[in-house]
This record gives sequence, structure tokens and C-alpha cells, in this order.
Amino acid sequence: MIEVEHLTKRYGDVTAIDDLSFSVRQGEILGFLGPNGAGKTTTMRILSGYMPPSAGRARVAGYDVTENSLEVRRRIGYLPETVPLYPEMTVSAYLEYMAALRGVARPTRAAMQAMEACGVADRRDTLIGKLSKGYRQRVGLAQALIHDPEVLILDEPTIGLDPRQIIEVRNLIKSLGGKRTIILSTHILPEVSQVCERVMIINKGRLVAEDTPERLTARLRGAQQLLVQVARPTRETASVLQSIAGVLRVNEKESGRYEIESALDGDPRPKIAEAVVQHGWGLLELRPVGMSLEEIFLTLTTEDAATEPAGQADRPTPAPRRQGGEGR
Amino acid sequence: MKNTWLIARRELASYFTSPIAHAVTAVFLLVAGYLFWVILYYSREATMRYLFYNVTTLLLLVGPALTMRLVAEERRTGTIELLLTSPVRDGEVIAGKFLAALGLWALMLALTLVYPALLEAFGNPDLGPIATGYLGLLLAGGAVLALGVIASTVTSNQVIAALVAFGLSLFLWLADALQGIATGALGSFFSYLSMSTHFYDLAKGVIDTRDVVFYLSLIFGSLFVATRLLEARRWKL
Repeated sequence: MIEVEHLTKRYGDVTAIDDLSFSVRQGEILGFLGPNGAGKTTTMRILSGYMPPSAGRARVAGYDVTENSLEVRRRIGYLPETVPLYPEMTVSAYLEYMAALRGVARPTRAAMQAMEACGVADRRDTLIGKLSKGYRQRVGLAQALIHDPEVLILDEPTIGLDPRQIIEVRNLIKSLGGKRTIILSTHILPEVSQVCERVMIINKGRLVAEDTPERLTARLRGAQQLLVQVARPTRETASVLQSIAGVLRVNEKESGRYEIESALDGDPRPKIAEAVVQHGWGLLELRPVGMSLEEIFLTLTTEDAATEPAGQADRPTPAPRRQGGEGR
Repeated sequence: MKNTWLIARRELASYFTSPIAHAVTAVFLLVAGYLFWVILYYSREATMRYLFYNVTTLLLLVGPALTMRLVAEERRTGTIELLLTSPVRDGEVIAGKFLAALGLWALMLALTLVYPALLEAFGNPDLGPIATGYLGLLLAGGAVLALGVIASTVTSNQVIAALVAFGLSLFLWLADALQGIATGALGSFFSYLSMSTHFYDLAKGVIDTRDVVFYLSLIFGSLFVATRLLEARRWKL
């Protein structure tokens, strides 16, 4: 549905996105994760047809965003970072205007449906300028949905909402998936794991990791890697550990130190401890290795980490290697 | 075409929900009414010719006030992103904005039709020159507003937009002053460029196609430039 190839955008000397390639299948919800200034908004602006890339190409539903901008714009719903609202209009007037502008046959009905879907129907006659931030955000979302687009591009859709509204909006987005293709950007880490089927982490305009949220979260949490150290290992220690339910692989680092890869569901640590005690090997240490979610995110998105490709896990789609200076 | 109409209608509605339309119209009518009365009081003539000249001065101030927010405000609040990612051509956006401003200007002119009605009631005015004078004000107004749309397209600051619009309009209004400085072809070019020289005949009751063509070219030329400036973001830089 969305194909992005070697996309590059430069503003003068600043390279906002640098040789970015990815694709999104129809019906998929892709999370776009990255620190502020990583190039999320720029990418979304290019996909929405607001501005062209400096190099590379992007296609939405088979149409090039530069050459067939109008066709692309007919098929997308876009919620920019700063929610674009006319404060002097009422909610319903604004949504009817947007519906008509997008060529919806019955704007009034479309506006009503969008207001109900986004929970703003009770404020339909309120001036947008008088709405709270949460309502404004949801009116912005309603605007993006109003013409029932094939592709939704949402730039930080839950920003400024209270926790209850965040859950509502996330559920709304989730319910929209399946039929529609959705790209949403955020810098809230748990958000992607709850909403998205696939996550891309970008930093300084480059792709640094791409995976399903389960695997990414697992890797980020380090939950699948355990370190066990025992005082009196025997020859069979490794094989005993290997036989424990939930253990996928045991790797003996040095005498008595084992690195254990475990399945993502179920924590084998109690059983490991039990086995070690049972055999009288003398448990010295048992801890998960790896970094916290935040630490991994920081590592992926700071320059020091740039030497080690983080997206090594199997990728659903081919992603570009992280090589600098290809000069695109 | 439908999109142009939609944008124009929204823009016109937003003129009236904000205080702009009311404030500008009130000031305009106050000053125009005062001028009408003063001119009539001294001249004792059932003509509107002198009033038309004075109203053009007023137009140079009112025009920028009407156009300054058109695109600049959308840039400032970010709604421009919404408009330009909707399946709408840039030209339709510019045309819609222009038509809204022109509509308001036409409405303001329509409200001054009270003056010729008064002249007709108490005197015996020649309605021909009055009609062409109104046509002239509509055309000159269109030109000033189209220049204002250009100014509003290049900035997100309304004050700058208004000043640039005023500067452009004033220069074109007084371009015939350069006639004496430059001689020959250049001199007559400046004379041709002047909005005021094209207005005099219309105010006198003469419809010269050259004047009409001049104003229409200025309007369409300006709207074309504004469209290209709005498109500038799509240039691959």
C-alpha cells in the first residue's frame, strides 16, 4: 500500500531524512518511533503529498506522491503534528467543510459519523477555539477519517490527551486497522506495542530498527536473555538447563556462566533456580541481561550506537542496511 | 470549481465570525459616508466622480486589511497543511481565497449604493458614470486584493502581509509618477502600469476595453503568481 524507496529530504544543509526505505502492507498498522527531530514528521509530510522529497520516491496505493499528488491526497487521511483547526468554526461546520473538500458525497452524514466515531458529537455546535486540547485532538482525528480513506497518516495522535482519552484513541485506531493502512508516529514507547503490528525506529533520518512490537519489546526489555552463574558446574549443567521448559538455547560463556535464551512467553527463572538448587550447583547469580526499554531506545537513537546494526532480527520486509555516506 | 466555491464560502463565513469584516466595513462606510457628505456639501453636484477618486485611496488601506490573513493565517496555525493535503489544486485555493475577499469588497460597495439612491431621490444624477465608476472600483478592488493575496502567500505574519500588499498596491497606483522621470517607451510603460490612470476614464463614465483588460490582466497575473508561490514548497530543492 505504501512503498518508500531511498527517500531523502534536505532542508538546505540539514538532512532531515536520509535514504529511508520501507513498505507498509494493506491493512497494517505501522508505528513510527523516534526522538523529536528524527524525521518522522518530514516523512509523513512527504507521504501526505504536502511536500516532495529531495531524492527517492514514495508511492501510496500505487501513485507517486510527487507525480500523482492529487490521487494520493484523495486516498489519505492526514493528521499533522499541529492539529489543523479553524478556531472560528463549529465542530460540525469544520467537519462538513473538510468532508466536502475531500469530495464526500454526503458531507453532513459523514461529519456526523466521524463525530460519533471520535466521541465529539456532544460538542458539535461548539466553536473549535473553545474546545479543550483532548477534544481538539479528537476533532483532528475525525477530520482525518471523514472521507473513509484507505490510508491514515497520524502524526502523534495521542499527544495532549489524558490517560483515559489516550486509551480511547488507541482503541479507535486499532479498530480502524485491518481495513485501512495506518502509519502513526509517536515517541511514547508503550503506545506502539499496544497499537501497532510493526514498529520502525528512526533516528537522524535513518532506520535503526524494524520489527514486530512483541519481538522489539522483548529484545528491548532483554527478557529473552538470562544470565546464570553457578559455583559448582558439572558437565551436565548445560544440558539440564537446556531441558527446562521455556529455555530455547544455552550458551556456556565460561565455566559456570551460562547465557540462556528463553521463550518470550513464560519466565523460566523459577524453574532454573529450582534445578540449580536441586543439583546442588550453588546458584551465584540469575538475572535478565539486556537493557530497559528506555535504555535500548536511547542506545538506538544516539550516535554511539551507530556502529552496531540494531535491526538484525528477521525483518518482515527488506530494510536498508545502515551504511553511511551512500550519497543519495 | 466546486472546491474554489467551498473555500470561498468558508473564508467569507470566517470573515464574519471574526471581527474583521464588521470592523473594516464599519470604518469603510464611516469614512465613505463622511466623504460623500463633504463632497456633496461643497460641490452641490449630483455626481459621484470625486467620491470614487477618494474611495480608491480608502481601497489601498481596506484591501490589505481584507487579504492579509487569507493565507498567512493558515500558515501560522498550520491549517495550510490540511488544505494542501486535501485533493484540492493550489490554484483553487488561491482563487477561493481571492473570491471571498472580492465578495466582501463587493458587499461593501453594495452598501454604498445608498449614496446614488439619495442623489436620485433629491437630484438628477447621470447614472451612467456612476455605474462605470462602480465597475472601476470593483476592478481596481480586485487588483488590489489579488496583490494582497500574493503578499499573504509569502509570509505567515499578517502585519508583513498587509504592509507588502499596501506597498505593492501603492506603487502600482502611483506608477504614473515615474512617467516624468523616464522618457519614451519606459515612460509610457510606467504610465500604462499605473492603476490610477486606468481608473480615471471609468470614473468619468467611459468604458475603455484597454482599462478593463489592464485590471483583469493584473488580477489574473497576480493570482497566477500567488499560485506559483504557494506551489513553491513542492519545488525539489
